[in-house]
Amino acid sequence: MALRKPPLREVHAGRGAKFTEFGGWDMPVEFDSIRQEHAAVREAVGIFDVSHMGEIEVVGPDATALMQRLTTNDVTVLDPGDSQYSMITDDEGTILDDTVVYRLPDDEAGESYLFIPNAGHDEEMFERWVDRRDEWGLDAEVRNVTDERAMFAVQGPDAADLVADAAGSGVRGLSKFEASYAEIEGERCWVARTGYTGEDGFEVLCPWDGAEAVWSAFDCQPCGLGARDTLRIEMGFLLSGQDFDPEAEPRNPYEAGVGFTVKLDTEFVGRDALERVQAEGVEEKFVGLKLLDRGVPRHGYDVTDEDDRVIGRVTSGTMSPTLGEPVALGYLPVEYADPGTRVRVVVRGRNKRAKVTTTPFLEDK
Amino acid sequence: MFDTPDDRRYMESHEWTTTGDGPVRIGITDFAQDELGDVVFVELPDEGDELAKGEEFGVVESIKAVSDLYAPVSGTVTDVNEDLFDQPELVNDDPYGDGWMIEVDPSDADEFDDLLTPEEYEEQIE
Repeated sequence: MALRKPPLREVHAGRGAKFTEFGGWDMPVEFDSIRQEHAAVREAVGIFDVSHMGEIEVVGPDATALMQRLTTNDVTVLDPGDSQYSMITDDEGTILDDTVVYRLPDDEAGESYLFIPNAGHDEEMFERWVDRRDEWGLDAEVRNVTDERAMFAVQGPDAADLVADAAGSGVRGLSKFEASYAEIEGERCWVARTGYTGEDGFEVLCPWDGAEAVWSAFDCQPCGLGARDTLRIEMGFLLSGQDFDPEAEPRNPYEAGVGFTVKLDTEFVGRDALERVQAEGVEEKFVGLKLLDRGVPRHGYDVTDEDDRVIGRVTSGTMSPTLGEPVALGYLPVEYADPGTRVRVVVRGRNKRAKVTTTPFLEDK
Repeated sequence: MFDTPDDRRYMESHEWTTTGDGPVRIGITDFAQDELGDVVFVELPDEGDELAKGEEFGVVESIKAVSDLYAPVSGTVTDVNEDLFDQPELVNDDPYGDGWMIEVDPSDADEFDDLLTPEEYEEQIE
């Protein structure tokens, strides 16, 4: 299957980016060096092309009802311009994808939402929304606009200055998880104070055809998916398809440490199953691990107890560029999940000592 | 675009070795360090270990990838670049100089003839 290309594929190639396949997209993984890009975001500002993320709009008299019944969080608390992190679960409460739900300004047709499925999940989620809408007889238009919108993330302590220069000072007034329309280089953009790095920052959605003008409006370090991964791992943020996946790593929101997105006093697919999980408690929990020996933990490596019994697996790991320490994320039985518990990570056949830690790994975040 | 010094021989798997009778130095090429990106960890043999040509002698890890290291020639390890344990980034900064990995006393001088010349290696990475 041919890879999907972000609108600026060739612009990035001309800038010397290296590329990788991710979620069916051909995306820049590294522009200069992961370490340099990572440091720019932690210390100043960097920009990511995240046009591989899905965009689905839901508009109409029953848009709120449809969103409420297909996501775990409570969309009725959102005013236009608000957003929330949420899970999309199946009947068993297993996470299919995680997403940010934005409430757009009301449309003539009714209330209006935009949600962001992960790369490669847009078609599946579009079908899920359409199928359930029809099954439930709801009145809402569902549009998959993934191939009509580019998406950039401008992240770092200096992001507000840069975005205010490009989009007008009004964006400074946005609180975390707030968003509004703003014009950048003549293009109408949806500018949201959201991100995936742990730093202050903005995500900007713009028309596909205006992508180059909008990208060029931000004069800062371009960053690839490599730095995006090291930044989010330092924060302990989940990566769809890796830290949870309905096939390879089926997890519910309580195991995954995102129970705060589940509002059991709302009606949604998976609610009853999750109510039982919450009442009974989980058997495994998502934890941070710090290696005490030299080595780099990576996805799929076994975690063992001190008697060499396999008790879990690393779902994400890296050498933390900020800390200079090897860190990992993964699920462990609750009896091993307390911070300070000693375990081992098996790195290419060798046992490396590790200890369970809380996340984020960065202390001041 | 990538540096390929004339005074060495190369492996298809991107290791270089100096040549001669005395101990030779071994490392990875400029092309290899660029492909790997930020090197964060190297695992090397101990002094005195015996290497056989083509066999794994260690591992280099960057933030994004893991790569095995293969011995260009057979011989005894006479020295290991311990600076790399604290400063693995030397492999990126100076792959043919301070980023060297091991020194080996070669056991069969003929083995150098099987390795790629700088011209042949440059053709491979073009």
